[in-house]
Amino acid sequence: MLKNFSLKSLFACLVLLVILLILPPILPRFYTYIFSSIFVTALLAMSLNMVVGHGGLFQFHHGAFYGVGAYAFALLLYKAHMPMWFGFIVAPVIAAFTGFVIGWFCVRSTSLYFGMLQISLGSLLWAIVFRWYSLTNGDDGIHGVPIPSSISSSSNAYYFILFFFVLCLVVMYLIHRSPFGMTLQAIRDNPARCSAVGINVRRHQLMAIVIATFFAGVAGVLFVVLEKSVFPDLLFWVLSLEIFIMCLLGGWFTFAGPILGAAITVALRTFAGIYTEYWTLILGVLLILLIFFLPEGVMGFFVRKFGKRGGEEDALGRGEHAEG
Amino acid sequence: MRWEGENMLKVERVYKSFDKFLAVNGVELTVEKGQLVAVIGPNGAGKTTLFNLITGMLKPDRGRVVFNGEDISKLPPHDICRKGIARSFQIANVFPRLTVFKNVQVAVLSQQRKSSNFFRPAHSMAVDETNQILASVGLLGRAEHLAGSLSHGDHRILEIAIALGNEPRMLILDEPTAGMSPDETSSTMALIQRLADTHGLTILFCEHDMDVVFNTAQSIMVMHYGKTIIQGKPEEVKSNIEVQEAYLGGADA
Repeated sequence: MLKNFSLKSLFACLVLLVILLILPPILPRFYTYIFSSIFVTALLAMSLNMVVGHGGLFQFHHGAFYGVGAYAFALLLYKAHMPMWFGFIVAPVIAAFTGFVIGWFCVRSTSLYFGMLQISLGSLLWAIVFRWYSLTNGDDGIHGVPIPSSISSSSNAYYFILFFFVLCLVVMYLIHRSPFGMTLQAIRDNPARCSAVGINVRRHQLMAIVIATFFAGVAGVLFVVLEKSVFPDLLFWVLSLEIFIMCLLGGWFTFAGPILGAAITVALRTFAGIYTEYWTLILGVLLILLIFFLPEGVMGFFVRKFGKRGGEEDALGRGEHAEG
Repeated sequence: MRWEGENMLKVERVYKSFDKFLAVNGVELTVEKGQLVAVIGPNGAGKTTLFNLITGMLKPDRGRVVFNGEDISKLPPHDICRKGIARSFQIANVFPRLTVFKNVQVAVLSQQRKSSNFFRPAHSMAVDETNQILASVGLLGRAEHLAGSLSHGDHRILEIAIALGNEPRMLILDEPTAGMSPDETSSTMALIQRLADTHGLTILFCEHDMDVVFNTAQSIMVMHYGKTIIQGKPEEVKSNIEVQEAYLGGADA
């Protein structure tokens, strides 16, 4: 795995990790919370980018699976009084299963039709959560999910979330570099050609969706660990749009771009949100500027500017040729 | 039928229409093992449609496609590929954002049933096989270039290299020399001839250049308006008057 990953970037990652590890005692609690929130959102954006950036699928309503993971976890703890570890394992599996069912229908259609079907089926999930008052408390949501005291303080939650965030990133990176990941990128570039070399395109895409929705489920669980509550907005399409923008902002075709996109969006929401409730206006302007000046996303821009780095050669390739 | 040898592929009275247009109208085609077979015909004769029908990209309305004694006309493309038919496309159809090496590697990994392997890094897998294929078509020097940045001629060669990644028993090439200079055309045809000789490949191709066809093919099938006019040895085809009317002497040639 580390063969192509230069020592320099490995060192940079380690330094970054050490900085992140010593942050909580130094920073005020509010910032610890913001960082945790960035990790959760970044994991969600990364999981979306697996199917959108690397898989070329229009997974327009990815937030639904984040919500399913979060609700499954919250309900298992709050209503079924299951132990925390049990919920942690089962909730992402439920999210992945939901992803499988919805994906099974969606991979039968292509491009925009895929996206529209995905939005409608995802919105159906939102409607169920919103309406099924006896189970989900409807738009009141569920508050005070019993998280074990060992991880409920903000700095402990930070470490817990950071640990699983990094773990998921490593697994995602391995998948990205594996034959599965490479084949997925080939399908993105040219599905017809892939089926001509013997790849079962639909099955491969469905597998990618299941994996991505599993990680979205993990992000949902981490959200509950951080917030101790869930509400139907988690499954609303607006959130899905936001994470879509994060991927775009960070750079579709890079591996780590969505992390940057998530950090920018969360920071903007937090700090610009203090001054104006119309912070999305700033996001909108940023997006327009981005599309004109950095079509590869922020990370894509840096990768292009500062040369090739392991696993990110795709970002370099874009734009040197016309499509098709 | 007249052919006595071992039939590898047999297309039996296949029909395909788009809306009301009959693109393929009862085509018959036989390919013997180890043969180099050409399909010729004017533009719009239905050659590419025929190839799409054989490789499962399209499903025939009627008729059968039999490969090694098995009816493959209802199989999806990836299953047909698994049976041993690989193809190249008329319009260069590669993975532009992947390197030349990876373009071929994707096919090799698929052939080795490793496409769904999750946790091994792809860059260390199937390296020898991929390099061997690249060397055999002369693209080894460009292995790390992005496929999107190749010249037109190299694009077409890469097409063939990807198809070879599947270790096919039969190779279908849709106008392998389209848009090539005369030099490139002759070197590509030499490559195809060499592949047929060294790999023992059975090759079915279509082509516009008559000299190329009559020099290389052992059997030629002529298509016109979606119909098979004749299939036979080059001399037989050349002497067939109907062919001369439809194609060789026609305005399209």
